[in-house]
Amino acid sequence: MLEIKDLHARVGDQVILRGLNLKVNAGEVHSIMGPNGSGKSTLAQVLAGRDTYEVTGGTINFNGADLLDLDPEERAGEGLFMAFQYPVEIPGVSNTYFLRAALNAVRTYRGEEEVDAADFLDLVSEKTELLKIGKDLLRRPVNEGFSGGEKKRNEIFQMAMLEPKLAILDETDSGLDIDALKIVAEGVNALRSPERAIIIVTHYQRLLAYIVPDQVHVLSRGRIVKSGPPELALELEAKGYGWLDEENTESPTAAQSRG
Amino acid sequence: MSSEIQELQEIANQEYKYGFYSDIEADSLPPGLNEDVIRLISSKKQEPAFLLEWRLKAYHHWLKMEEPTWAFVNYPAIDYQDIIYYSAPKSQADAPQSLDEVDPELIETYNKLGIPLAEQGMLAGVAVDAVFDSVSVATTFKSKLAELGIIFSSFSEAAQEHPELIEKYIGSVVPYTDNFFAALNSAVFTDGSFCYIPKGVRCPMELSTYFRINAAKTGQFERTLIIADEGSHVSYLEGCTAPMRDENQLHAAVVELVAHDNATIKYSTIQNWYPGNEKGEGGIYNFVTKRGKCAGRRSKISWTQVETGSAITWKYPSCILQGDESIGEFYSVALTKMRQQADTGTKMIHIGKNTSSNIVSKGISAGQGQNTYRGQVRINQSAAGARNYTQCDSLLIGDQCGAHTFPYIDVKNSSAQMEHEASTSKIGEDQIFYCQQRGLSAEDAVSVIVNGFCKEVFKELPMEFAVEARKLLSISLEGSVG
Repeated sequence: MLEIKDLHARVGDQVILRGLNLKVNAGEVHSIMGPNGSGKSTLAQVLAGRDTYEVTGGTINFNGADLLDLDPEERAGEGLFMAFQYPVEIPGVSNTYFLRAALNAVRTYRGEEEVDAADFLDLVSEKTELLKIGKDLLRRPVNEGFSGGEKKRNEIFQMAMLEPKLAILDETDSGLDIDALKIVAEGVNALRSPERAIIIVTHYQRLLAYIVPDQVHVLSRGRIVKSGPPELALELEAKGYGWLDEENTESPTAAQSRG
Repeated sequence: MSSEIQELQEIANQEYKYGFYSDIEADSLPPGLNEDVIRLISSKKQEPAFLLEWRLKAYHHWLKMEEPTWAFVNYPAIDYQDIIYYSAPKSQADAPQSLDEVDPELIETYNKLGIPLAEQGMLAGVAVDAVFDSVSVATTFKSKLAELGIIFSSFSEAAQEHPELIEKYIGSVVPYTDNFFAALNSAVFTDGSFCYIPKGVRCPMELSTYFRINAAKTGQFERTLIIADEGSHVSYLEGCTAPMRDENQLHAAVVELVAHDNATIKYSTIQNWYPGNEKGEGGIYNFVTKRGKCAGRRSKISWTQVETGSAITWKYPSCILQGDESIGEFYSVALTKMRQQADTGTKMIHIGKNTSSNIVSKGISAGQGQNTYRGQVRINQSAAGARNYTQCDSLLIGDQCGAHTFPYIDVKNSSAQMEHEASTSKIGEDQIFYCQQRGLSAEDAVSVIVNGFCKEVFKELPMEFAVEARKLLSISLEGSVG
């Protein structure tokens, strides 16, 4: 589904991704871990098409399409979804209105008909039940005045509504207490399917206790330096990231602090 | 008197014989303003003598006035002797004969707004005959309203048929001495709308100039007067949601509203005149005086405006809250883009006891647009228990535009309660990117964000108007994100 080859990217003069390779198949859940500044969020943002990041080399193939050739909204149309680390507030725009506009934009892109109001409401009911989300969130403006937990749940709800082929969760666990974390994890698990791939970008192992990935990758200084089974996450939790730098011959001083 | 004017006056006098409308095609005055021009306008309108006198008093007062310069707008000096003060509607022969002759860009905008073909013709100034039914629609409405005793006609017609109402109310809210542009309007106004709702009548439909076809192309100096008698209720819509083709540069209109005991007037405007091009050339100067008087107890006047057009907007729909417990409201969305300038806001003058006012202003600036909110809230000594709430928000798109706020608060009674909230925000790249990631284009993203920003004002508009206002705003914003 997704194949990233030798990806290089930077912000301004700062080089962040330095030859990243990753392959994700449909139905798989991959976790990208790594220390601060390793390029985790950059990878998520580059996949989604944020133009703050300049791609200087490499290719990204997404179901046969050259992802780097597409605008962010076209990527969404192709079925790529990113749950934001910091979901953005849009005052005055109700969640329902926003979602319907988004859903219709994506459907139009795919040459499908727009959903009518009745079908849309049916879909909303189905997904709120699936994710056990209260309908009160829907009437409120997008993320405005939401708690941290509500924002993250809203991201998962949007993901459920848009039914992406590839979902990228960018530090979805950050800022969540344990109860909120469980709710979000249950939501993600409910959306696992043989047709859908999920990439979980996270700093800590704790989310992976609830969402068990197929593969764990460790990102360090812009490259994937180690891949392995879910147990790798536990090892990282116990030993930290330092030993990987020693295993790799490069000097650790190049690492810079980046969120 | 110059011979040219004399000749014209003779033609004007002839028209009395043959009827006002028949010879209209030959009508046009040379540029310039003097007493004779005013006399001619008045005689063409077959106005009662008191109205001519009033016009002349206004004219002489205007001569002593100076054009105001306090507004936060810039424009080259206007030569008032270079304006044609009376020009009748274009003749059918001059007007485009079909939509094929109309600027395709204008047609495209109409299509985007979903305006039916027939209405497109009217808006674009296609010869009225081609536009079929509008006249009969207007007539149907008129007879229905007449059954309820509602008078709804052009100002000229009202001056002839109900001179006692005109004499009683004209200038009672905006006297000709009020300001430079109001004085000019009082001297030379050509037409406008008149509306009277009798005691206890609730007007069963939204009244709109749109349906009063004979008021179309009233030119640059319109005058509107709406009177709601005791316990009556009326909602009035001004303007249309499509860009009006208009060659006049200066518009100086006056609107006066009077609400008696327990009466309610809701006045909604969508203004979308030509804003000029990207270099700031052309475009309408919209210098309007709008004011309502809540004369009676528990009366209410509510202004809602969506201003997206004109090169310069200078406009402060205001309320004089004279009756005890009367209510004044002002809801405004003003959008400036390219080099548009808007200096708009309101005045709430609290005189009666326990009067209250509510102000919600939303300014949006894009391109190199400059948007100013200017508002005055005055609580007189007599206005015990008065209350005001003001909310004033600005939204910036891009980094070359400007938003400015000038609130004036003047409280002379210590029992008054005042609240003022203001905010300025910028559409962030992160907001646009968030929408894009969900599948919306950057342009749709801006439109969604802006519509959310304006929500509190749009919900005050009559439903159909609100839908069109949203569309209009989206179209106006096209091309404002790179």
